[in-house]
Amino acid sequence: MLTLQYVPHHEFTQLSVDEKLRRILRSVRDDKILLIEGRLTSLEESELIKMTMELINKDFKGVEIASIDYTPKDSPFFERIKKDFANFLLRIKPGLTIIGPATLVKEIRKDPSKIELLTMEKKKK
Amino acid sequence: MIDKLGMLFRGFFNIFRKRKRIKLGIYGPPNAGKSSIANRISKDWLGEEFTTASAVPHETREIVVKEKITIKSKGKELTFNLIDTPGIATKIDYEDFLKFDLNAKEAKDRAKEATKGVIEAIKWLDNVDCVLVVLDSTQNPYSQVNITIIGNLAARDIPVLIVANKIDLRKSDIKRIESAFPQYTTIGVSALKGENMDLFYEGIFKLMK
Repeated sequence: MLTLQYVPHHEFTQLSVDEKLRRILRSVRDDKILLIEGRLTSLEESELIKMTMELINKDFKGVEIASIDYTPKDSPFFERIKKDFANFLLRIKPGLTIIGPATLVKEIRKDPSKIELLTMEKKKK
Repeated sequence: MIDKLGMLFRGFFNIFRKRKRIKLGIYGPPNAGKSSIANRISKDWLGEEFTTASAVPHETREIVVKEKITIKSKGKELTFNLIDTPGIATKIDYEDFLKFDLNAKEAKDRAKEATKGVIEAIKWLDNVDCVLVVLDSTQNPYSQVNITIIGNLAARDIPVLIVANKIDLRKSDIKRIESAFPQYTTIGVSALKGENMDLFYEGIFKLMK
């Protein structure tokens, strides 16, 4: 059975980068697929990869991750400025991040505007 | 005494020169052809292979540095140290290596080394001056690993040239890479067959100017 967990942005606001990444990885290692409000920064992503590599063993094979920025590029200029300012105040990178364990998530296919998550087929007994 | 002082000055000057030599890093996901690019550069300008390239993922599991490579293009010369890095990935499954005739122990050892290689590659982002991001032009460029690598280089303000490798293959699609990363120059090459290398070397000159 797959478990999808939605994580709103405010769950992470009081956490340091290290705490935030550890919390994400703890859930992923519990075989949960997380839908996180917002995107990680590039530096957070590279830290997440480093931490993931340190945890890999015969049961945990790593993660599949993808994020998407759904800010419309053609929205009016002042609308964008307003949203950017609000995001700056809330310390949020707009978008959505999907992350799950590589043992469950086979692939996350992404093109600029959509994400498809493919899960592993159950092994036949 | 004067000789000794002269040697001291020359030594100091050489250390300074050595430090100043540009470090050109090669980054990308596993199996994009990073080591093939490194070998092609080394063969073209030094006449020798640089490192081992193979179809098995994570063949490069340690940072490999080749010092003092001088390339020439349009009457100009450029000398740099070339750094081949392990492929960056978010997952490593030792069972994937079993498909390549490795036994279980070899596969597990390779996976362990590969995880360390990924960490090393990320740490080395702070040590490079310019980067060739090598992508397989037959694959979807919108993977999170590609975005993470390029995002990290942008955050560090490191100049980037995107190398769309494997243009000799039928499924190659350079346009898709260009539209994924429009802020960077993309040059299509075949490291294996040596296609489009003149344009690639011109691209390196522009990258380092």
